[in-house]
Amino acid sequence: MTTPIQRLNRRALIKAGAATVAASVIPTRWAIAQTKPLKVGLMLPYSGTFAQLGENITHGVEMVLAEKGGKLGGREVQFVKLDDESKPELGPQNAERLVKRDGVDVLIGTVHSGVQMGIHKVVKESGTLTLVPNAGNAAVTRDLCAKNVFRTSFTNWQPAYAMGLALGKKGVKKASWITWDYAAGTESAEGFKQGLEAGGGQFVSLLTLKFPETNFQPLLAQIQGLGVDAIGAFFSGGGAVQFVKDYAAAGIKVPLCGSGFLTEGTLGGQGAAADGIETALHYGDGLDTPKNNAFRAAFKAKANREADVFAVQGYDAAQLLAAGLEAVKGNIEDEKTLHAAMEKAKIDSPRGAITMSPQHNVVQDIYLRKVTNGQNKIVSTIAAQLADPGTGCKI
Amino acid sequence: MTLSSFLAQILNSLQYGLLLFLISSGLTLIFGVLGVINLAHGSLYMIGAYTAFVVARAVGSLWIALPVAMLGGILLGSLLERFLFRYFYKREHLDQVLLTFALILLFEEGRSLLVGNDFYSVPIPAALDFSIPIVEGFSYAAYRFVVIVCCLVLAAALFVWIERTKMGAIIRAAAERPEMVDALGIDPRRVHLTVFAVGTALALTAGALNAPLSSVYPNMGDNLLIISFVVVVIGGLGSVSGAFWSALLIGLIDTMGKAYAPKASGLAIYVLMAIVLLWRPNGLFGQRGT
Repeated sequence: MTTPIQRLNRRALIKAGAATVAASVIPTRWAIAQTKPLKVGLMLPYSGTFAQLGENITHGVEMVLAEKGGKLGGREVQFVKLDDESKPELGPQNAERLVKRDGVDVLIGTVHSGVQMGIHKVVKESGTLTLVPNAGNAAVTRDLCAKNVFRTSFTNWQPAYAMGLALGKKGVKKASWITWDYAAGTESAEGFKQGLEAGGGQFVSLLTLKFPETNFQPLLAQIQGLGVDAIGAFFSGGGAVQFVKDYAAAGIKVPLCGSGFLTEGTLGGQGAAADGIETALHYGDGLDTPKNNAFRAAFKAKANREADVFAVQGYDAAQLLAAGLEAVKGNIEDEKTLHAAMEKAKIDSPRGAITMSPQHNVVQDIYLRKVTNGQNKIVSTIAAQLADPGTGCKI
Repeated sequence: MTLSSFLAQILNSLQYGLLLFLISSGLTLIFGVLGVINLAHGSLYMIGAYTAFVVARAVGSLWIALPVAMLGGILLGSLLERFLFRYFYKREHLDQVLLTFALILLFEEGRSLLVGNDFYSVPIPAALDFSIPIVEGFSYAAYRFVVIVCCLVLAAALFVWIERTKMGAIIRAAAERPEMVDALGIDPRRVHLTVFAVGTALALTAGALNAPLSSVYPNMGDNLLIISFVVVVIGGLGSVSGAFWSALLIGLIDTMGKAYAPKASGLAIYVLMAIVLLWRPNGLFGQRGT
């Protein structure tokens, strides 16, 4: 038998119960922000010449997320992928689309230096946290550096400096540098010159040709007359294949060396012409550390091909992002703590330990490698924890 | 600058100049006889190079790729003339420019769909994969000599055809006095088709021949198209022998510029073109419109 009081009590009970449930389900505004998935924009080349680089970087990023159980700093992650096609003219508008229309919290990109400048212009203004997984143009962490932009790859200066240093220390007295006449080429030449001089050598001349021309003959024919003990070069991709083959065919006695990209991912096409070439880079074959072995095995299981330096750079971009987000427990609005945590982060990279310079460029060991049996075998560490000079940066 | 490296540069100039001749001879013939400014000529060179790459990859031999590119060029040129260019001879130059520009976009997009956008190298045939020392500390890949010889043979064949055959006489007449050719009752359509097919085949052959030395990559013909126009303008529009000497001259200036004055080399050939145009507005061997 029910009395009115009992009914009232029951209603009150239901109301109270509903209120409790509601309170636990409808969170406060702060909590809403934290449980909403973190939007990470991947602005990378998924078509064209650099498509595989973009894919390997993406695999690297996804591997970190899988290791962390699908969450970064306690938040789910939602990827927004955008193919930048490596077209510099589309850079600003693509970056704008991710930042403004899709409202990404973090932007990871990209490979091509020209496109990077477009991204940089947009995120410098919007303040979006940005991680650079490849493009090595100095400006991004020199005179145009920004507090919200971090790079986990390299600057063109770094490997070239180490190569120059290695030559100088080996007793090479005079050397010249050959490259395409574009920003990356000029920056690498500057690094090589400084490294060579630091090692006690003398920089003789810079030989250039127009990008991306492959008629190297007029330059090769004058090498013998330069009176140098070594030639260093910065070319990449197909240009590197053609250059190394032409250099070998020209029968030049002066030994060839270079920035690591000269023989990176190109050895199949270069064949015997590349045998014995020494290059400098922040990664290489035969790096037998538990971290690297585990990384390579996991990458192969995921992507069904061997990992490369680009996969490492993408992996580390995500590792650095994870370190930052863990420090702020997913609250990406707390920029000060976030940036400070990323600046201080010590990342256990497959390439070895890395940190960030005050200008937000990666500080890393650069290895001397030698082409042996179709691999870039690591010979030694030339420059331990080498930082880019970061000239002109004010953060 | 040592004497031996200078000699090596002369050889480099010759090789580059002969390649330029192969490309620009087709361009100058097509302009001279048909009056069409073919901006897609550089893309035809690109198609030749990619043909060499694709065929060499499939059958493993460049020796098959070369005739394939040559015959493919004749076929492609005939189709383009018969179904496209034929309707544009009477149109304004602007229409022709738009047509050939559209062809550049179509050819590049087609290349992107069929082969992709990667930079590929084309292996030199194994039998020729050795170098011949020419001066102290500088050797020359044997294949480069083959390219020089092939270019000279093709140039000679072209001269004989233009200067010693009836068809050649008609072509020369069509370039200089087209109304006379019409008045003599010669079917101009056959002349047009032949010239366009040969011009296209020359561009494709040049691309295929040079593919092992340049690698193949997107838009590889763009730069050569511009230089070829310079060659044609300096040599005189429509003049094959003009194109020959002018190509050798440009090859020499460009190579020496790259070797000894890299900063100025980009400008040198254009300065030369400006001087020639001021001195002889019709080019060194030009006759038309005087």
